[in-house]
Amino acid sequence: MSGLEQMYQQVIIDHARERHGFGLDSPAGARIGESHQVNPVCGDEIRLRVALDGERIAGVTWEGHGCSISQASVSVLHDLIEGTTLDEASELSSAFRALMDLRGDPPDPEIDDMLGDGSAFVGVGRYPARIKCALLGWMALKDALIQAQKETR
Amino acid sequence: MPFRDVRADFPILTREAREGGRLTYLDSAATSHQPADVLRAQEEFVRLHYGAVGRGAHLLAEEATEAFEAARSAVAGFVGAGEGEIVWTGNATAAINLVASGMGAASQGIGGSESRGFALGAGDEIVVTESEHHANIIPWQVLARRTGAALRWIPVDDVGHLVLDGLDSIVNERTKVMAFQHASNVTGLIHPVGRLVDRARAVGALTVLDACQSVPHLPVDFAALGVDFAGFSGHKMLGPTGIGALYGRRGLLDALPPSVYGGSTIKTVTMTETTWLGAPARFEAGSQPVVQAIGLAAAARYLSALGMTQVAAHDERLANRLRTGVSSIEGVRLLGPIGGGSDPVLGLAAFTVEGVHPHDVGQVLDDAGIAVRVGHHCAQPLHARLGAQSSTRASAQVYTSDDDIDRLLEALSGVRRYFAPKGAS
Repeated sequence: MSGLEQMYQQVIIDHARERHGFGLDSPAGARIGESHQVNPVCGDEIRLRVALDGERIAGVTWEGHGCSISQASVSVLHDLIEGTTLDEASELSSAFRALMDLRGDPPDPEIDDMLGDGSAFVGVGRYPARIKCALLGWMALKDALIQAQKETR
Repeated sequence: MPFRDVRADFPILTREAREGGRLTYLDSAATSHQPADVLRAQEEFVRLHYGAVGRGAHLLAEEATEAFEAARSAVAGFVGAGEGEIVWTGNATAAINLVASGMGAASQGIGGSESRGFALGAGDEIVVTESEHHANIIPWQVLARRTGAALRWIPVDDVGHLVLDGLDSIVNERTKVMAFQHASNVTGLIHPVGRLVDRARAVGALTVLDACQSVPHLPVDFAALGVDFAGFSGHKMLGPTGIGALYGRRGLLDALPPSVYGGSTIKTVTMTETTWLGAPARFEAGSQPVVQAIGLAAAARYLSALGMTQVAAHDERLANRLRTGVSSIEGVRLLGPIGGGSDPVLGLAAFTVEGVHPHDVGQVLDDAGIAVRVGHHCAQPLHARLGAQSSTRASAQVYTSDDDIDRLLEALSGVRRYFAPKGAS
């Protein structure tokens, strides 16, 4: 498999097109946090919103535009994070970031399992310039969760 | 070919691409490669003649100073500049900033009465164009903010041409300075410098030309163009990074106040006052990029040996092949006109691919061994005007061949298919 094929796995191309969680939503009664992140190199941007129900992340929605890697990454993020607790989300975020550092080597089976579709991004690690594309949504998530936790109700 | 195949002169072009095979380098508008002559000139200087320039009484200091000033003369000759009209800068960006910051300093009274002609204030106007690189927008935005002057701009049309219908009202008796590019790094369009200069002169405005895309590809004579200032970069014209130059008409350069202060720039310093030397010394504070200046002069000599008329003919031919080819691929939109003839363009093409983000386009091309630039190319206002968030850009140099262009066109034809839904054709 060439580096390109490893990076653009079918699951990534599909997610980039389907964009799970696209369209901002604010469910009533939840603590809402939002973050806007820009990649200054290409002008890509994302606005990501989380809805916290106690310790549980009840909703992850987003809007924005960007390359297939950034779009697919947020789509996968939506699937992975929605419904998890804050602790689980933090663990998943760390695992995804660690995946980027592997330079294309396969992750441990445990991490592979945990990340599901997210493991498909392993090929991005071979292209340092694209890692920030894959992390754009994850940076927005971290920031949005901080904002949401500041909300009192 | 208007000249011999020069690919073999460029050592880096013999290395392999990411997945092996020939490297097709089409990112020269971002930065160009250096021929062996340029590398050798720098190495020889470092090995044999390196020393502190402009100071010291020993042999190496003497030889280094001589080489440094000879490099300045060579580069001056290359762009039609005279004695004392070339200031070394880090690049074109630094050259433009030097002028804008100098005008800002003059507006605060730095430089005394002889600098008064550069001062701006409320009621004055600065003019740029909508086609500019950020490096020729931001310094003027900041100068406007610093001085209370207003920033105006010449708009571009849907294709990317400057709209000159309203030129006489945009450039008027309130205009103190007009800064514009010789050629666009996005559309490739070569702008009508003469017409803009004529208007600026008619109202007594200074002109500042961003020439960093034109000097590598066209015979450029700043004195003949009639501009007051011009900036260009070494690394886009087969020279090293870290060196560029500001051209300024001599009488003007000697009166523009410096804005970076330090050693080697002064006549006298007391604890309260400083008087500066004339140009170029007043602008070259601290140790200079001496080796890079030697390299830039070698690049100018290399291009002169090929002949800039021939270089321009080569560029024009590649422009036609590239832009015609790109615009004929289904689902690919060329930014700017195909151009040519009375609508001159540089040998570059920025384009968008329907449904595929430029980063993804660039990645697929890279896999085919083709190096291009992706993003907004530091021209966000122009991209916005042309209705594109960002684009992919291929750009040529003397070492670019028809074969390079054809490889790009072939790979580009397959990009949309690569990202199409499975099962679709």
